[in-house]
Amino acid sequence: MNPDTTLRTPYPMKVLKRGDIGAWPVVGALVAIAIIFSTLNDRFLSAQNLTTLALQMAATGTIALGIIMVLLLGEIDLSAGSVSGLCATVMTIVNVKQGWHPLASIGLALAAGAAIGLLHGFMLTRLRMPSFVVTLAGLMGWQGLLLYLLREGGTINLPFTGFISKLSDTWLPGWLSWLVVAGLVLGSGGVSLLNRVHRSRAGLPVTPVWWLGARSAGLAVLLGAGVLIMSADRGVPLLLVIFATLVVGFDLLLRHTAFGRHVYAVGGNAEAARRAGINVTRIRILAFMLGSTLAAAGGILAASRLSAVNQQSGGSDVLLMAIAAAVIGGTSLFGGRGRAYAALLGVLVIQSITSGMFLLSVDSSVRLMVTAAVLALAVAIDSLARKGPIR
Amino acid sequence: MISASGITKRYGAVQALDGASLDLRPGEVVALMGDNGAGKSTLVKAISGVVIPDAGTIAVDGAPVRIGGPRDAQALGIATVYQDLALCENLDVVGNLFLGAEDRFLRHIRMERATRDLLGQLDVRIRDIRVPVAMLSGGQRQSVAIARALLGSPRLVILDEPTAALGVEQTAQVLALIGRLRERGLAVLVVSHNLADVRAVSDRVAVLRLGRNAGVFGTATAAQEEIVAAITGAGA
Ligand SMILES: Nc1ncnc2c1ncn2[C@@H]1O[C@H](COP(=O)(O)OP(=O)(O)OP(=O)(O)O)[C@@H](O)[C@H]1O
Ligand SMILES: [Mg+2]
Repeated sequence: MNPDTTLRTPYPMKVLKRGDIGAWPVVGALVAIAIIFSTLNDRFLSAQNLTTLALQMAATGTIALGIIMVLLLGEIDLSAGSVSGLCATVMTIVNVKQGWHPLASIGLALAAGAAIGLLHGFMLTRLRMPSFVVTLAGLMGWQGLLLYLLREGGTINLPFTGFISKLSDTWLPGWLSWLVVAGLVLGSGGVSLLNRVHRSRAGLPVTPVWWLGARSAGLAVLLGAGVLIMSADRGVPLLLVIFATLVVGFDLLLRHTAFGRHVYAVGGNAEAARRAGINVTRIRILAFMLGSTLAAAGGILAASRLSAVNQQSGGSDVLLMAIAAAVIGGTSLFGGRGRAYAALLGVLVIQSITSGMFLLSVDSSVRLMVTAAVLALAVAIDSLARKGPIR
Repeated sequence: MISASGITKRYGAVQALDGASLDLRPGEVVALMGDNGAGKSTLVKAISGVVIPDAGTIAVDGAPVRIGGPRDAQALGIATVYQDLALCENLDVVGNLFLGAEDRFLRHIRMERATRDLLGQLDVRIRDIRVPVAMLSGGQRQSVAIARALLGSPRLVILDEPTAALGVEQTAQVLALIGRLRERGLAVLVVSHNLADVRAVSDRVAVLRLGRNAGVFGTATAAQEEIVAAITGAGA
């Protein structure tokens, strides 16, 4: 055995060498946004504003998470906005008009999302249509179906005190928030410590303990600050917890299961994946199903916030913001690179800009231009990182 | 021993192979040479199950076997490293080595350990096996592709032009690696156009010409002119 194989520098130093800049640009952008808007308006960093921001993130963020599943394949999903609106409408109709149980209505909406994803995946893999065209058709078609379903009235309200509306008006009590934070910090710290023990037992290079400690401390400070701020207002919104749980769940799925690895493999080199015996068609269809199901989930959360669905549900800039969030968060448009956390980071950037502009009562024209600039910057960083890794 | 005999394959009007034969023994590196279009790749594909020959038999240890697809070949212990390595550039070495062979829930430590051990045994030098393959040199990638072929414990490894795209030093690395495959007791078949490489690494040279056998030479005993003459058909 030669020593070169085992020689490794600890992770933090390696990051730059790899040409993998990771989440740092986004974090930098967030800090810059916080500084700029809080100097322009002292309400930006107030507990009330930040709590509202957290509430607003969930729907778009969940849709962005679905977009990431598809982007990782090197494909695109333009239909996510329409699908979110349509599925929310289906849920609302069976709940309000047919008197279905809220949970059954939600289940039906998610199933409808999965079925739409299955159809898109089928058109992509069996009919060999490009995903751009498949989902462009979806963008128009599902929007059309939504308008058809809503044709009389145009708006359906959800009962304000009903289960679905309550989802976005439920706040975690302080003790529970702190319990969750403690659980997350201790849990993740414990797992990485255990992992370290197993690695060193297997004779594999390990991360220095101080780095694990620093990471846990950083996580504790971040989560603690969040809970502290939101507790000063209404508390931690359930919607944020749902979104965060989805992000963590999909991160685990992508990094620790064969399915997740195969998604990256198909996005990186589909032919290599096929020759390695991976059922590429199955992976593609499953990823599209997950993407559309998450779009449906995002639509449900949006309907809950609004306590209604209408002809604008899932329309206007929902899709654009979700794609922008995924890309700003660091998901590559070229496939095979990106993580679930991109949804969280990206939507945080976008909602911060939206919220800051709103506080400054800037016209939405300016908001669109600023968001566009951030998006362009994110894609430029992605392209450069892809082309010339610093060796 | 794996032997192919009388392999015939016709593509429309082109007779790609016309009764070609080849014997591959454990612990022996056979170089397959021949001019462009001589049928080398077609013969390799017939053995690795990518192409079904029109006629001819393939036998393992004297018993005829049916190779109806790449899976059959793999099951018989025949591993192929194609010219376009088929690696996922975005995955790391571990991810590429185990691609398609993972457990449902990834066992990172077991896979990384096995990767390190295998690369160590083959004396492949890769500083960090968890960087994306995109960051490796051409020789290192070739080595990863070869190591991956070894994971299924094959008896025969087929390499189609493994050094075609490599510089001097990396070619030497890959040739050394092929030598270590021989030391492990594997049968190795290398397709190559490069006489110097072939002399450095092979035990025997089999030459194809227009789909037929044009001679088998002991690398140590044959003169270079003899081999070149067989390839070009001069003096035949
Ligand atoms: N799929 C195919 N369809 C039609 N003809 C083919 C096909 N594959 C190979 N041939 C023909 O069969 C003959 C042998 O091809 P083969 O690829 O085996 O040659 P080779 O010895 O590998 O050549 P090279 O050194 O250029 O790689 C050539 O004339 C080629 O054009
Ligand atoms: Mg060839």
